[in-house]
Order: sequence, then C-alpha cells, then structure tokens
Amino acid sequence: MLLTITTTHQPATDLGYLLHKNPGRLQTAELSMGKAHVFYPEATPGRCTAALLLEVDPVALVRNRKGPGGDAGTLKQYVNDRPYVASSFLSVAIAQVFGSAMGGRSKDRPELAETPIPLEATIAVLPCRGGEPLLRRIFEPVGYTVTAQGYPLDATFQDWGESPYFTVTLQATCRLSDLLRHLYVLVPVMDREKHYWITQDEVEKLLRLGADWLPSHPERELIVDRYLKHQRRLTRAALERLIEEDVDDPEVVIAARDAEEIPETDMTLREQRLGSVLAALKGGGASRVLDLGCGEGALLKPLLADQQFQEIVGMDVSMRALDIAKERLNLERLPERQARRIKLLQGSLMYRDQRLQGYDAAAVMEVIEHLDPPRLAAFERVVFHYAKPGTVVVTTPNIEYNVKFPTLAAGHLRHEDHRFEWTRLEFQAWANRVGTERKYAVRFLPVGTEDPEVGAPTQMAVFTQ
Amino acid sequence: MTIEIPELALVILIGPSGSGKSTFARKHFKPTEIITSDLCRALVADDENAQDATAAAFEVLHLIASKRLEGGRLTVIDATNVQPESRKSLVELAKKYYCLVVGIVFDVPERVMIDRNKQRTDRIVRQDVIHRQRDQMRRSQRFLKREGFRYVFTLESEEAVNAAIVERKPLWVNRRDQHGPFDIIGDIHGCLDELCSLLGTLGYDVAVEAEGLQGPQYHVTPPPGRKLIFLGDLVDRGPNTPGVLRLVMSAVASGAALCVPGNHEQKLVRALQGRNVQVTHGLAESLGQLSEQPSGFKERAAEFLDRLISHYVLDDGKLVVAHAGLRQEMQGRASGRVRDFALYGETTGETDEFGLPVRYNWAAEYRGRATVVYGHTPVPEPAWVNNTINVDTGCVFGGRLTALRYPERELVSVAAARTYYEPAKPFLPEGDQAPTTSGPGDYEDLLELTDVIGKRIVQTRLFRNVTVPEENATAALEVMSRFAIDPHWLIYLPPTMSPSETSTEPGLLEHPAQAFAYYRKQGIPKVVCEEKHMGSRAVVIICKDEQAAQKRFRVTGGIGSIYTRTGRPFFADRAVEADLLQRVHAAVDRAGWWEELHTDWICLDCELMPWSAKAQDLLRNQYAAVGSAATAALAAVQGALDQTSAIVDVGDLLAKNRLRVEAVSGYLDAYRRYCWPVESVRDLRLAPFHLLATEGAVHIDKDHAWHMEKVAELCTPDGDVLMRTAFKVVDVTDPASEQEGTRWWEEVTSRGGEGMVVKPLEFVAHAAKGIVQPAVKCRGREYLRIIYGPEYTLPENLDRLRARGLGLKRSLAMREFALGIESLERFVRHEPLHRVHECAFAVLALESEPVDPRL
Repeated sequence: MLLTITTTHQPATDLGYLLHKNPGRLQTAELSMGKAHVFYPEATPGRCTAALLLEVDPVALVRNRKGPGGDAGTLKQYVNDRPYVASSFLSVAIAQVFGSAMGGRSKDRPELAETPIPLEATIAVLPCRGGEPLLRRIFEPVGYTVTAQGYPLDATFQDWGESPYFTVTLQATCRLSDLLRHLYVLVPVMDREKHYWITQDEVEKLLRLGADWLPSHPERELIVDRYLKHQRRLTRAALERLIEEDVDDPEVVIAARDAEEIPETDMTLREQRLGSVLAALKGGGASRVLDLGCGEGALLKPLLADQQFQEIVGMDVSMRALDIAKERLNLERLPERQARRIKLLQGSLMYRDQRLQGYDAAAVMEVIEHLDPPRLAAFERVVFHYAKPGTVVVTTPNIEYNVKFPTLAAGHLRHEDHRFEWTRLEFQAWANRVGTERKYAVRFLPVGTEDPEVGAPTQMAVFTQ
Repeated sequence: MTIEIPELALVILIGPSGSGKSTFARKHFKPTEIITSDLCRALVADDENAQDATAAAFEVLHLIASKRLEGGRLTVIDATNVQPESRKSLVELAKKYYCLVVGIVFDVPERVMIDRNKQRTDRIVRQDVIHRQRDQMRRSQRFLKREGFRYVFTLESEEAVNAAIVERKPLWVNRRDQHGPFDIIGDIHGCLDELCSLLGTLGYDVAVEAEGLQGPQYHVTPPPGRKLIFLGDLVDRGPNTPGVLRLVMSAVASGAALCVPGNHEQKLVRALQGRNVQVTHGLAESLGQLSEQPSGFKERAAEFLDRLISHYVLDDGKLVVAHAGLRQEMQGRASGRVRDFALYGETTGETDEFGLPVRYNWAAEYRGRATVVYGHTPVPEPAWVNNTINVDTGCVFGGRLTALRYPERELVSVAAARTYYEPAKPFLPEGDQAPTTSGPGDYEDLLELTDVIGKRIVQTRLFRNVTVPEENATAALEVMSRFAIDPHWLIYLPPTMSPSETSTEPGLLEHPAQAFAYYRKQGIPKVVCEEKHMGSRAVVIICKDEQAAQKRFRVTGGIGSIYTRTGRPFFADRAVEADLLQRVHAAVDRAGWWEELHTDWICLDCELMPWSAKAQDLLRNQYAAVGSAATAALAAVQGALDQTSAIVDVGDLLAKNRLRVEAVSGYLDAYRRYCWPVESVRDLRLAPFHLLATEGAVHIDKDHAWHMEKVAELCTPDGDVLMRTAFKVVDVTDPASEQEGTRWWEEVTSRGGEGMVVKPLEFVAHAAKGIVQPAVKCRGREYLRIIYGPEYTLPENLDRLRARGLGLKRSLAMREFALGIESLERFVRHEPLHRVHECAFAVLALESEPVDPRL
C-alpha cells in the first residue's frame, strides 16, 4: 500500500523538514505489523513528493496478531486485502512515522508547520465501503478536491462488477498536520475495519484529532459510529462530548448505521409493528406468551413492561442474539420477581419442542421470511400442531410495498437473508390454509401506513383457536 | 415362607422400630437396593435420629427411589411405613414408573421389638412409640391391597423373619431370551381363511384334524426356528372367531406362537364371564359364533384370553410387541396403566368427524431403541415411524392381513377375500381396495429438539463413540435450522480432509511423498490417487421417480437433492437443481443401475464445478477483491520506486516488488482457472467419486478402484455434464510406482490442476490403532496461492508457513468419516429419521470446531 504526499509550496523540499524525513535517503521503520519505508520519488524545489510504502506482513497478520478478527474473520485470512490497502494499519504507521508532523511540530520549520500550503495526497488503494459518493461526502466537507479512480473486480470477468478499491487523490491548501489527522481518522472510516480492539482511549483519540473539524462535519454521526466500530455506548459518549449536548436517543446513532443497510428507514414502522403485535397479544388476553425468533429482544422489552404478561419466553436459534437480548433487557440485574417472568431459550422452529407447549399466545414476528419455503411445513407443524398456543401472531413483509422504498433496488428483497417476501394474496392464501388445516381462525391486519395500491409495508395475521 | 418378588418392583418394608427390617433387608438385598430413612436423615442433617430433618430426608428418599425406578431397578424402602399416608406417596411413586408394589409386613411381638431396642447402642426408641407404631400398623394392615400393593407378605414372628426366603421372579412380560426369528401378525378379527393363507405364505404348515366332539383341532408347524406372534384382536367382526381362537390357542400351547391381547379380547372375556358389556363393534358376531361351539370351548377360550400378558419384550430387549404399541418408559413393566396402554393406546380426549376417539400419536415421539410392532388401528399401508410399525392392515374391513418378518423387517400380506365388516371410518383411499403404495399419510416423524441439543455422544460402528460438545451443538442448531435442506434428504455429510504432512522440498508446502509415506507407515501397501477437482463438494441423491423419493425419503415433489458439505441446497435456483438431477437420472438409466443395483435411490459423493458456481460471493468479495487491490497497489508502488531509483538506491525494494507482482499474477491465474460463466446446466461439471449407498447397501466394502470404475459408467465420453475423474493406483512399497504417482501429480499441477487426493485402496482401511485417514490431499504449488495468499511463495513467508499442526484436523476427519458412514448405515437399515439425523447433525457440529481453515 502506498501513500504519497506532494507539495508545490516552495521550496518544496521543505516537506522533508515537515515530515522529519530526509529526502536523500530511504528510511525504513519496523512496525508491529510489518515495515514502513519512506522515500522521495521527486524532490525538487518546485515540487516534492514523499512516499510511505507500508508492507503489512501477511503471515504475521494471521499468526501473530492479537486483535479482532474483523467482520466474518476477514482480518485473519491469508488471502487478504490488508497488505495492499489503506486501513487502520496506515493510521498507525502515520502516527509512528509522521507523528511529529501530525502533531504540527517541526524542529526546523515551525512556522511552516502552522501554515496552510498546497498539498496533494494520493492513496493506492483505499477501500471505500459506500463507494465514491460516500468518499466525497466524507472528504469534501473538510476542504478537499477529491479525485478517485476505480477498478473492476476482475478484468476477465466483467460481469463481476467494480471493486470497492480506489486510487484516491485529495488536494487542498491546508496544514500538513490537518491532512495527516484527516487521513488518520477518515481512512479507517472509509474502510470500516480496525485491526485492534476499540476501547475508551479511542474516544479520547478521536476527540483530540477531530476537535477542530469533526463537530461541524455534516457526516459526524456516521464518522463517529464507523470510527468506533458501531459500539453504541462509546459512540454516544463521543457524540455527547463532541457536540456538547445530550444525545438521549441511542436510536439516532443506530439509525445512522442502519440507514446504510436497511431500506426500512421509516423508524416508526418498526415501532408500529411492535405495537400491533403487542396489541394482538394483549387483546387476546394472553398472560403466558412466546416470542418465537425473538432475536435481540425488541418485542421482549415491551412485553416485560406490561404486567398482563406473567410468563414470557423468548426463543431464538442464534445464541449470539440471545446474549445481546440478555444484555439489552438487563436480565442479570432485574429484580428477582421481574426476572422470574422471563426466560430466554435457544431453540429452533424446525424441531418439535416440548418446552413450547401450553402457552396462551405466540408472536412470530418477521421470522417466516427467513425460512426456505420447503421448510415452512416443519414450521407449521412445530408451531400450530405441537406448541399449539391459543393465539399466534405472524408478521412478514408485504413485497408489493417494496416499490415504495427509495433505497431498495427493483427486484431486491428487504434483507439479504430473506428467502422470500410475499404479496398480500400469497400471505393470506398461506395463512388461510394453515388456519383451516390446524383449526385456527385467521384475521389479517395491516401494519404501517397503508398505500391504496400496494397496501401496508408489513402484513400481520392473527390466528386464534 | 418364600417371598416371591418381581424382578422390578418397589418393595416397602412395614414395621415398627426394632422389628428387624434393616437386618432382613441387608440379608436379602444388595446394599444399593436399600434406601433407609435413617441414612437419608444423616445425609441431610449429619444425624440419623434428627427428627426435625424428617421432611427433608423423605424428599431425598423419594428422589433416590424415583431415579432408581425410572431406571428400572428394584428398590427397597427401609422405613417404618406404618401409617397409610406415608405409604401412599411411595405407592404413587411406583405407579408413576409403572412398577409393582410389594409389601413385607414385620408383625413380630411387641416384646421382641422392645428387647431389641434396649440392646441398641445408637439410639433408644421409647416403648410407647413402638407401641403406637405397632398399633398404627395393625390397624391399616388389612387394607394394603386396597392401597395399591400387588403382593403382601406378613412375617408374624422372629422365627418367620429369620426363616424367610426371598426369590426374584422375572416379569411375565420379559421374554428377552427369545430371539425368534418371528412372524408377527396383525389384527385378524376372525378372518380364519386369510390367516391360514398367510401362514402358508410364511411357510407354516397348518394341519386340521377332522371334527370330533371337541370341534376341529389345528396343528401349526413353523418353519425351523421360527415363531409366530399374534398381536391381539383375534376376535369379533369376522366370519370365524372360534376357528381363529382354536388355531391360536393350539399354536400357543405347542410353543409355536406367542400372543398378546387386544381390546376386543378384553371385552369378549368380560362378556363371557357374564359381565354387563355393550354388544357393539362386532362383539355380537363372536358371541353368536361361540354359542354354536361344543360345550366347554367358550370356557377354555375365556381362560386362555384372560391369561394373556399385556405385551412382550423379546430378543434381548430389541423387540417389543403390544396390541396398541407401547411407550419406551412402559416397556418391560407391569402395571394397570401399562396394560391399558398396550390394549387401548392413548387418546387425546377428542373425537373425529366419524365419532371415533382421536389417537395420540405416541409413535411420533418414540425414541426408544427397541422396535415396537403393533396393530389396533387399521392403516392402508404399514410404515415405519421412529422404529415402530403398525401392521394392522384392516383385513376384516376388506384390506389385507399382514405379517412382519423379524428381524428381516419384511412385510408379507394376503388380501382379504371380501369386506366382512363395514368400518366406521373409511381407512382405504377411495376406490382402492388393497393399495400397494401410500403417500406420506398420517405418520409423523418430525425431529425433536432434544434429539440434537446438549452434549451428545454418538455411537459409530467404525470409530467407537463420538462426543459432540454442547457448544458445538448450539452452533450447529443455528446452521441446520437456518440453512439446511429438509433433513429427510440429509443422510450423509462428507468429512473434512487433512492435507499431507508439510513437505521439505524447496518452494513447496505439499508433495505426494508425505502422503505415500503416511499410508506406508500405517501398513497400507496400496493407495489410489484421484485428481482433485477445484469446485465445491456436492452430495447427490437421486431417486428412480417421485414415488420412490416419497416412499424412501418421505419428501414430496422431486426426484432427489443436491446439497453442500454443510447440508445447504447447492443451488438457490430450484430449476437448476431439477435440471441437473434429470441429467444424473438419465445417466443412471443409461448405466442400468436401477436394475443392476436393485435400488430405486442412489447417494453419490461428488465435486461440482466450476468453483464460481457456488462460491460466487467468496470469489468476488475476497479473491477477486484482493487481486484487484493488489494489482492496483503494487503498480503504484512500482511507479514510485522506478521514479525514486533515479535519485536514491531502492534496488532491494524494487526487486521485492517485482517478486510480489509476479506472485499476484500467479494468484490471479490460479483462481481464474476455476471460474467460468454458467449460463445453463450445460456449463456445469459434476464429477462423482464415491457411489456411497443404494437400497440395502453402503458400498464401503468395495475399494476405491471399484468406485472410480463404477461411477465412470455414468460419465459419457462426449464430455457431457457428468465428468470422469482421472485416477491411478500406486504401490507405496515400490519406489518406481511411487515415482510414477509423483510424476503424475507434477503433471496434473503443472497444467493448473488443484492436485490430488490420496486414499487407501480399501474404502475403510484398518491399521494397528484403528482406522486410518480416509483420504489425504496434496495440493499444487500454484493452487495453494488461493489458500495461503498470493505471496506465500516468498521465501520469508514459506518458511514460516511450514509450521502447521495437522493433529486436530486429522482427528476431526476421522470422526466425521465415521459419522458419515454411520448415518448412511442407519439410513440403509431403515432406522428412524432422528437416528440418521443425529449423525449428520454431529458432523455439522464438529465442523464448528475452530481448525485452521487452510488445512
């Protein structure tokens, strides 16, 4: 991976003083993750370019590094883009190799370090998760002219499309320390990955390096959230201090992140869905309820808050989701009387489960669309034949409504794990058949604002025995 | 006095302190069979006499007793038990576990007890207490039978206590020593002609002696060694109940048959004994026919029927016969509730549209190891559900009379001559008198969560017990539930494969020499080298037709399945799967395998290419992405270094960058070779390499050369979708043969092949310490760039990569291999779904074990 910094501020070779690196020599530093070489491809009074060549050791990356594995373990693989791209490794290298320059200190040219000069930085290559538009939204507000050259994933397989990598050139007239601090913070933000664990220190670092530009950045939530790797608590703390006002609503941050991935940006839809399911459960007079596929516990929270529900069981197939639910509901610290009302179980809707028998009602919220259609028969047996709660509330997306989501490409489903999404007719046909076979009466209710043509975004069926 | 005790019973000793219970218990029972209240007091309170700990002590006593009874162990309660209420909870406990209750009453003179108490050093029980206890005992003594005691023995003197002998008797239901082979016949209902005809088909000789005063006499002679079992409901509805009874009674008397009672016998007996019963459901026919019999027959029949035992446990516990079936926890036990279940089954309390009680589907939940054969409810076609089978095919209703041959598990039946009795509910599909096939019908074999979660130990034939840790099962549950195909198809998951030990050759990580050496060291002289295709592992199940798929796999709509090594559907697009299955089907047709292998289904282990067909996301997000980033970045570095070299000496960096550029270019070539666009099935390549199993056979008794030659029959020379795999047999004791193998590997890898898989020639090869690795892979230098990264060949990288541990990988490969074969064998033996699924699930669970994924 290569970073070059060029200036035309004359005498351009003063760049060597600013960086504390002699243009006449190749200088190599041993870093924990590999080697950093600094050399000057060009060093004339008119124009001077410093190059930082970062050699990330691909074997040490897998074998020696103690740090997070990255999303899906991407940081711990031999076939890895890390040796070739700008990432948090570059930030570390900048801090170690150009630390004084980033701090605005220059032994020989202190005034120059304080002076905005024409600078041009080129990164080969920068992973831009979010593409060129995001690249511009991130760098242009801090004063850069952005040039980006993209690459295909593989020239021999054109249909594979574009790679997420760009050779990026940033031009501005600014202090060298500004440029380095921007790179330090924003390169990992574009990359969305970090090779070390994020702790409280990271908040301090961000506040220090971003003090004079981050509070006014229009994308500050996204930058903070990505920089801190979506750690809600840290992100909230950082934002509070950054803009010096209370951020009460943790959802603000979550929304910033989810907006990148989920077309259902209408936050109220989620709430309306919870409300509708809750109403259906309450209306049926249920006291002992199941939340099948409870995930991280979105529905469990309001259930727990309502004393009508005396026994609440949240079941999910993902242990990880259950752990998060446990934490979110603060189950460990709940007073005993409260804690007795709720139980979390790992289980599966593909296997008959005696623990699920004898409940008044079950919610199956946004679950069926995650099952392969041939497996629905097993689901029907497990829920309607064996668990057999008095009431079953099922919600699922209405595919007809998808045209109303501006960010959802035509023909795409709302989530990549959705195996299907049904039209209203398809859902009703399914639910009516299940109702007839299993001796349940079925009624249907829309969830979310109903469109005259395509209906409501979510559809809900309430089965009663 | 001889005290006869059933081998499984709750024995309650009853007597005041000092009546000699403990001494008696120690004399006649194993120490572990006796639970004393004193010991329980001591366990909870450190003091045998702690009266304030009595409640807690009895809780412990009950808990121990319940665990023992649940486990089917005789248990003796040594406490005073003089009050009815203290006995009541014990009797209830015994009932809960379907055990008989035996009472032994120590009614010795009060003087003896008082004297004995005085001699005690540990504690003194007051005289008035003993008096009160004796009083309580004597007052309630005569009601013991009413309290639920089956047998009561009273010892009225010290001498009687001393002289008593305890004998243990096997339960009537226990016939474990009878091993058959058996022919088990379902509900006959007076259909004598069909019975005789069926017995003839089964090879029994039935002789009828001319009618004398006593009526006809039947003599049944079985084929050598075989024995009949009648499942009850011999009587009612049909044309000749007396004839059937005569035949069965004679066969039982001569030892040619066993018979268990059905609900119809129970009612007939009551009617014959003169009780008031409703004459419905065909009872009238029996009573009418019996009244015409010579005198004395009715009485003999009633006696015979009254003495029938509720069910039998046979063949070392491997077979259970009962009229209406039997839950696992009731098998081999004797109680009223067991008898009721065996005769009537279990109902849900609801009635169906024909007014008949809805039966609780106990078989769906059955997880016992014993095969249960039963009748009671007519079904159009017997079907195995969790190791149980109902063989009542409604002969009297115009269906068939069916026998199950055990242990062969063959069904033999004869059609009814006519409909003798109209059923309340039609049990045959309309317009179909005697069906030969049936749809999925009413059986239920949904898997149960407890079949898979928690720590599990799976017994395998090849490699003893395989343990699945709980956390692995947890991980597998998620994968199985979210991504796997219908578990009915999942009869096999392939094992992981270890590479050969690391090579010491310069520039190479892997080389055939190590693979050959491995097998040689294990004492295996011959190995087979198979070209390794770089695609994705695919298990293909193909059935002769949809009916076969439905019958054998219980999956409707489809003639097979293609799934990945983690049990996921290979193709998201079902049409592509169907298309490819059609091609495999056509190939099997051409090869004539259906007839040759006597099968209507086949399970093949294959590699499916191109790699890009399955690994599209991986290729784009990882392989191509890395290639693209590397190419662009290294080009920029090259430019900068070139420019710099005019000013400063960066020769070393330049040289290194050139190496890196070369490596990346090799890497691009390596993965691109395994990618090609797939527009239709024609662009796919399927290379089968194991013919794993067909009906009745898991083909691991044939060597790999047989497998390679056999599967080649499917592959036509014109290079259609099915592709032949090149292979070579190498003698690892002959250096020339080894060299030839190595040369072949070099040739394969130099033209871009992935490498080869080396297997022992035998499918399952044994060494001194058990089975050996089923396969070891040797991958080519260029191919390994895909595994170890583009620049792995740089000397500083390669040297570090040589250190790699194969131990865990090899151990996993072995366990997964054993599990895979086990699941196939269980499937081929027609074991229940949960038994097959257990193995497939275990493979998936073991795969969640963190192992270096590069191996």
